[in-house]
Amino acid sequence: MRGITKRFAGGVVANDGVDLDVAPGEVHALLGENGAGKSTLSNVLTGLYRQDEGTVSLFGQPVSFTSPKDAIAAGVAMVHQHFRLVTKFTVAENFLLGSGGNFDAKHAAERITALGKEYGLEVDPNANVWELSVGEQQRVEILKALDRRAKVLILDEPTAVLTPQESDALFATMRRMVEDGRSVIFISHKLQEVMKVSDRVTTLRDGKTVGTVVTKETTSAELARLMVGRSVVFNEDDIEDRPEADPDRLVLDVKNLSADGVRPQSSPKNVDLQVHAGEIVAICGVSGNGQRELAASIYGIRKRTSGTVAVDGVQSMAKGPRESTKLGLAFIPEDRLKTGLSASLPIHANLALKGYRFPPMSSGPFLKHKVMRANAEDLVKRYGIKTPSIDTPTRVLSGGNVQKVLLAREIGSKPHVLIASTPTRGLDVGAIETVRSLLMDAARGGTGVLLITEDLDEAMALAHRLVVMFEGRIVGEFLRGDFDIEKIGLLMGGHTDKDGAA
Amino acid sequence: MIRLEPRLTRPKWLSVAVPVGSIIVAAILGALLITLSGNDAGATYGRIGDRAFGSVTAWSDTILAATPLLLTGLAAAAAFKMGLFNIGGQGQFVMGAVAASGAGLLLGDLGGFVAIPAMILAGMLAGAVWAAIPGFFKTRFGTNEVITTLMFNYIAANIASFLIFGSESFWRLLTGSGKVFPQGKPIAEDAVWPAFGGGGFNMPLGFILGCVAAVALWALYRYTRFGFEIGVVSDSPEAARYAGINVPRTGLAIMTLSGALAGLGGASDVGDIRHLLDPKGLGQTGYGYTGIVVAALARWNPIAVIPVSILLGALANAGRSLQGATFPAGLVGTLQGLLLFCAVSGEFLTRYRIRRGARRPAKATAEVIGA
Repeated sequence: MRGITKRFAGGVVANDGVDLDVAPGEVHALLGENGAGKSTLSNVLTGLYRQDEGTVSLFGQPVSFTSPKDAIAAGVAMVHQHFRLVTKFTVAENFLLGSGGNFDAKHAAERITALGKEYGLEVDPNANVWELSVGEQQRVEILKALDRRAKVLILDEPTAVLTPQESDALFATMRRMVEDGRSVIFISHKLQEVMKVSDRVTTLRDGKTVGTVVTKETTSAELARLMVGRSVVFNEDDIEDRPEADPDRLVLDVKNLSADGVRPQSSPKNVDLQVHAGEIVAICGVSGNGQRELAASIYGIRKRTSGTVAVDGVQSMAKGPRESTKLGLAFIPEDRLKTGLSASLPIHANLALKGYRFPPMSSGPFLKHKVMRANAEDLVKRYGIKTPSIDTPTRVLSGGNVQKVLLAREIGSKPHVLIASTPTRGLDVGAIETVRSLLMDAARGGTGVLLITEDLDEAMALAHRLVVMFEGRIVGEFLRGDFDIEKIGLLMGGHTDKDGAA
Repeated sequence: MIRLEPRLTRPKWLSVAVPVGSIIVAAILGALLITLSGNDAGATYGRIGDRAFGSVTAWSDTILAATPLLLTGLAAAAAFKMGLFNIGGQGQFVMGAVAASGAGLLLGDLGGFVAIPAMILAGMLAGAVWAAIPGFFKTRFGTNEVITTLMFNYIAANIASFLIFGSESFWRLLTGSGKVFPQGKPIAEDAVWPAFGGGGFNMPLGFILGCVAAVALWALYRYTRFGFEIGVVSDSPEAARYAGINVPRTGLAIMTLSGALAGLGGASDVGDIRHLLDPKGLGQTGYGYTGIVVAALARWNPIAVIPVSILLGALANAGRSLQGATFPAGLVGTLQGLLLFCAVSGEFLTRYRIRRGARRPAKATAEVIGA
């Protein structure tokens, strides 16, 4: 792949002149943070997207895929993070789907068994897919690709859903596949795995190729730097009048908190976390390592299985969002338009989404529309929300203004603690600046801010303290002035063997 | 090329233009059908209009025919607005009629001031319970309320049948003609609901209660915290959960409210119209189902349910009194169906606009791109 550029509407460039060359018989790792462009690149390679610029060549021949079908015919197959299997069918039936051949389940079963033996991917061909574990389902996907004579196999974050033992088995399978002369593109952000299994590594950052290195000639530390290091290092002096943390006032005290996550890796495990008044604490980590669940369980929309939360010295009884709101705990969820706001409701209703239950916005069971509207007008003015009127449905606003509505409501209530989950994701530069300065303002006003972000620059620019989360645990803590991007990157990638934690 | 594009905002005029347009289009399609069947469309519509609105008595009959539709329409509007597909208005209506006739028979001797409120309450309570059971299963275990409420319709119909045809129950008339034909025992004269008006025009109590309920429902949506919560839950259950609104409890409350309204319809059927429990009649009229048509035409707006129920009541009234060789059989049902069809298609136009020309590039969000 040469000079691949893929632009999306709205000026987003997901791939910007990316080069990738994969040799036969190698495991080639594609490393990068979330949003670095890994998935876009593989979608171009498999014909799901068409590149705006650049060429894709296969075995020296330029190719142009218009659909995944073309790609499969040419020998390029991909195992997606979310499997494409019909769960009510058996493994053999899934095999036959889309194979175009005759529907001979017995023959398919034999092939599955044979291929499974050869590559260490044993599954029962007659089992229904829903009966299989996630790891086994993944084997079915890989077997399907092998059966279709894939010469290039793309595995998109295959270990995200696996246990460590299953991952090791998968790595063995990958090695066996390349011994046959096939190529495997291994997409990951886990440094250890990349170091363990790949022959070469191409690192992407912000949609650009940072470089391709031979795995044996590099180190985890170098890869971490390649992955997270920015060409422009943020100047910490850019922020004047940094809010002052008050070490004597603890506004958020989380002790020994555990909760069930979507996956075991994303379950917060025995998390201890303190935020002081006026302090900004950033939680960094690759998404899916429990940050989202941690925020949700502190706020009370996810059940905690252990631990306590105290806001400004008052214990939370884990009764849910209403209690949290009363305690002065505000929350900006990552999915602003779906979770944080009711998209079709007018702005004034969204600005009252939390206050409507309490005086002065209501008295007894009745709403006070005048107060609600006056509050909305005031917040729109104070936070500079650009909207035709407060009766406009919230979803028609631009991303930045949607976020301002959310921030205005949450910060406007002058909370003790503000949890902000990826508050700048997907916003344009101007809006990002606004959101960041609003967070700083909140801290200056004495609010303790817990900032969950995948953007290290953002964390390093804003935070007094930076905490790294990996697989549900807090694995490191850094104080301002002591931020070490290399160490942070290693910890985010799951490297804990060295003296990573400060 | 013609294609559809989602509207970002819905202009206000559309919410009036679409129902009115639906009615006009349905009338035109109906006229085509009448003409095809060899009748004179203009004359047929003229007769319908005359029988429905042509005189004071006609108006009076139309309002009476609209009364059960008003209440079942409100019941459906309340539930559907929140995305709860309560198809069980019919069963809740029947259970309301069972309970109200029971209360009327039991307390009729104590005079109207006792019997009538008791019938109202009994009907609402029975309807509420009949909706709350599927509502509970829906909100607690996620069972599909379309199926359960529909099944409950059959249970209710069979209970009512059993009371009159299958047993010598308290509801059944066991003297006089009742010895020959199984039928319901009429409630006492005092328990018959009063009608208001004069000069040949009568406004049944049930219709007045329905109008009060419509305004109350509208006020509930607009002026109360609970109404605000309903608005949030209907738009985004996830945002509601985030804001600390108890989504299952709100859903259960709305199902109960919806059932109470349908049950009130059943009570009115006994108090205003039949004065006894008539399982066959209840089954044939199917007010619970027509209520869904009413609510759909009214676009779930409780105030709009009033005129829409009058319109469909007018059709039903005219259809009833014009039955015979010179009036196309099944026309009223066909027109109802056309109305619903046009209303649902029209609803689509409020959400999408039709465009001609090339496709605009699709919007991509950062989430889509994120690797």
